[in-house]
Amino acid sequence: MSAGPGRRLIPAYLVTGGRTRPTGPALDRLAVLVRTDTALAPDTGSEQRRLCELLEPGALTVVECAAHLDLPVSATVFLATDLAASGHLHTRPPIPSAGGTDRSLVERLLVGLRSLH
Amino acid sequence: MDSAPSTDRTGIGYLPPAAQTLMKLVVTGPFGVGKTTLIRTLSEIPTLHTEEAMTQSSTRLDDTAGLPDKTTTTVAVDFGRLTVQDDLVLYMFGTPGQERFLPLWEDIARGALGALVLVDTRRLGDSFAVMDMVEEQGLPYAVAVNRFPDAPAHTDEVLRKHLDLHPDTPLLQCDARERRGSIDALIALAEHVLTRLPQPQDPS
Ligand SMILES: Nc1nc2c(ncn2[C@@H]2O[C@H](COP(=O)(O)OP(=O)(O)O)[C@@H](O)[C@H]2O)c(=O)[nH]1
Ligand SMILES: [Mg+2]
Repeated sequence: MSAGPGRRLIPAYLVTGGRTRPTGPALDRLAVLVRTDTALAPDTGSEQRRLCELLEPGALTVVECAAHLDLPVSATVFLATDLAASGHLHTRPPIPSAGGTDRSLVERLLVGLRSLH
Repeated sequence: MDSAPSTDRTGIGYLPPAAQTLMKLVVTGPFGVGKTTLIRTLSEIPTLHTEEAMTQSSTRLDDTAGLPDKTTTTVAVDFGRLTVQDDLVLYMFGTPGQERFLPLWEDIARGALGALVLVDTRRLGDSFAVMDMVEEQGLPYAVAVNRFPDAPAHTDEVLRKHLDLHPDTPLLQCDARERRGSIDALIALAEHVLTRLPQPQDPS
């Protein structure tokens, strides 16, 4: 089986986290979903379409999409994984990989919370 | 310039474009203790909820007695969002503390900073199982006593003894309907989380 000269790169975590290997890492409930410019095919399923339409004006996390669409988080992960594989959505993890140490994140959280007082 | 995320015309409350780092914490405690209230007090978007599958295997009689046993049903998980700095957003998940929610709990707790355990002094015993679960998950936590008008007032010392709290576990009183006290509860939790993270190595 060869991937061939595909039009897009599928991130490894999506390939291994897809439906064929349900034990792999799936999208986090706080993964951020961003709509790309890729137009939807006419035969796109209605739930995929609803998810893309929701994300047209801006980005949301998986769990926010689930709440707005009245879908379980697991179903939303499933849809988003498909749509990312087909290039209709970008996904990014909640914490950027270069986001610094846990400690520096919590320190910044504290500064932010204190400023909200 | 208007960067408030909940004022976009759709009412959806899209993420601010600068939001790069999304953290979460769990707000837990028995039913009716004030989880949803605290999240609503702090959230910049109208609180949302998802219906999450929960496998019911317990035969205990409790507040959902009457549900058929051994079935998969759903439980609503509330959540809200608070932008604490331009690029830093905190999500708060209101998660019931009963044992039968364990798989759901584990899923939500994974990657969480810690837990805020809400306690009602009229039924302290209801919080024991919740705290056991939080401890089993290895999540750092702070305890916030939500004061209800007819609730007995105890000194911190008595509460700590009744709840069997570790001396380092923060204990505070708060009214989940008030923003300032609710933020104080989050600050106490975040400070506690920080004490448990490794200190940076001294470069010299
Ligand atoms: N007096 C008082 N009432 C509260 C407080 N927090 C919540 N309540 C009320 O207690 C009830 C249950 O709160 P809710 O947030 O729905 O509890 P949950 O089941 O833990 O989500 C609601 O009627 C709230 O208005 C509080 O701090 N003080
Ligand atoms: Mg609630």
